[in-house]
Amino acid sequence: MSTQITPAAGGRTPQAAADQEEAEVRRGHEAERSDRTRAEARLGWYLAGPAFVVMLAVTAYPILQATFDSLFRFKLTAQDEREFIGLGNYSMILTDPVFWSSMWVTLLITVVTVLVELVLGFALALVMHRAVRQLRGLLRTAILVPYGIITVVSAFAWFYAFDINSGFVNSWFSWVPGIDENLNWFAETGPSLFVIMASEIWKTTPFISLLLLAGLAQVPGDLEEAAEVDGATWWQRLKRVVIPNMKAAIMVAVLFRALDAFRIFDNVFIMTGGANNTQVLSLLAYDQSISRLEIGLGSAISVLLFLCVLLICFAAIKLFKVDLAGARGEG
Amino acid sequence: MTGLSTKQRVWWGVITVLVLVYALFPVAAVAATSFKRPSELNSGTFLPPNPTWGNYEQILVGDAQGLFLSALRNSVGISLIATAIAVVLATLAAYAIARLDFPGKRVVLTTALGVSIFPIISLVTPLFNVWRSIGLYDTWAGLIIPYLSLTLPISIWTLSAFFRQIPWELEQAAQVDGATSWQAFRKAIVPLAAPGVFTTALIAFFIAWNDFVYGISLTSTEAARPVPAALAFFTGASQFEEPTGSISAAAVVVTVPVVVLVLLFQRQIVSGLTQGAVKG
Repeated sequence: MSTQITPAAGGRTPQAAADQEEAEVRRGHEAERSDRTRAEARLGWYLAGPAFVVMLAVTAYPILQATFDSLFRFKLTAQDEREFIGLGNYSMILTDPVFWSSMWVTLLITVVTVLVELVLGFALALVMHRAVRQLRGLLRTAILVPYGIITVVSAFAWFYAFDINSGFVNSWFSWVPGIDENLNWFAETGPSLFVIMASEIWKTTPFISLLLLAGLAQVPGDLEEAAEVDGATWWQRLKRVVIPNMKAAIMVAVLFRALDAFRIFDNVFIMTGGANNTQVLSLLAYDQSISRLEIGLGSAISVLLFLCVLLICFAAIKLFKVDLAGARGEG
Repeated sequence: MTGLSTKQRVWWGVITVLVLVYALFPVAAVAATSFKRPSELNSGTFLPPNPTWGNYEQILVGDAQGLFLSALRNSVGISLIATAIAVVLATLAAYAIARLDFPGKRVVLTTALGVSIFPIISLVTPLFNVWRSIGLYDTWAGLIIPYLSLTLPISIWTLSAFFRQIPWELEQAAQVDGATSWQAFRKAIVPLAAPGVFTTALIAFFIAWNDFVYGISLTSTEAARPVPAALAFFTGASQFEEPTGSISAAAVVVTVPVVVLVLLFQRQIVSGLTQGAVKG
């Protein structure tokens, strides 16, 4: 602190001296305040810095490395032949029908699972929200079970249930047109995708329904009551009062789930391994990099996948004005 | 259930049964399969005709023991360490975010958000390559480091939300009452912050425990391979036998702790997930 109160020098009126003194004191306070601000900022970075650095180190560094690697023809089994080919890998991928079919399958899974989960999750959220106290704990516990279960376990559960050999679905549902003892769910694209999506939906709906439950809690109760008094039906109240008031929560839930669904990997890997046109983008990248050791091509797919996620995020924020930070607690 | 009409009771009964079936049926299916004998796997029935513990013996004391128990040890160890590191770092960061006024606040929160939506597979290729050259491939550390990308962001979000709700004035009040600043922190703040830290650790652990992409990409042997990856590599007792029974038994063994944790801490998990996600 550099506050210094100079004694009133001769030749100045006492009033002027007092003014100057006051100004200096004020300046001193300001200096103190900015000192404190600076100290607080420093402490803030000391505390938050390590977490920040670790987060950057485990994501920014690998994605930069991937971007660099994607510019080379680079196979681990033939390291000497590493060669700079610019955007060669990208043009190869973007003209490959396998990439585009993976893209469409990934998008299809994303759109279908998110839509189904939104409806199902909303229903579950309403059930949890309305349930009487005695049932609430039971319902929440049950709904949390799929959330806690390992995705791979969920994939096996659904796989074995539908499998032509070990499954029981064929014999239970043989009365449904199209299902009989000999239906092999995992031999064709459509039925395979159906089971993959069923497993994904079962496992992740609890998450979306909890986000929606938090949104429901924010809907002002008196608004709903007023609507009820005015004679609005249950459906009208839902459409005109509840949903508009929790739009932010719905948007955030949808965006988070969409980004998550877009990265789908575990269910496809376990159930079909990408056979019969069920290949998704994450699995394609895995096959190139880890199975075939094509680091250059795998990196390029990784970068493209990352760009897709950025694009979805950007579109959601720009088009639908999803305020992620605002809804997620900041501000 | 007082105050409900009979009709409402019936409705709630039906709804509850539906929710329970939805949530628990796939679990029950795996559990039923885990008690089937190899010859009964293709019976097409839901329940095992003659229940047996054979599959559990196979993975816990039998031939698949090496594969499963080492995977279990890896999963528990790696997930716990990754959770512990994340929670410590996130506690410091969340304290700064909730209590201090500093310009980097938004940057840290936005970064956490960015990391949490990152496609994991995009990180795997470079890590696979680098880990192989620096000797981290197929080691615990080689999984713990990338697991931080899963556990740290959610921990920061959840804890900041929890810490924002702590009445920090209590600390000053305790000091006014004559407590030293350490005493004030320990007696007034720690008891309020502990439940949030615990809940965050639970959620972060679930996420690490669930990982599959890192698990299969960055390991190759029992030295570090976690349970989800090991399940994908199970083989039958002979090459003509499907590993269905042992996989189901292993799936049940790793699911039981999850169900117990959910039963015990249902309230905390719900509040943690909803607070971290949308400010309540």
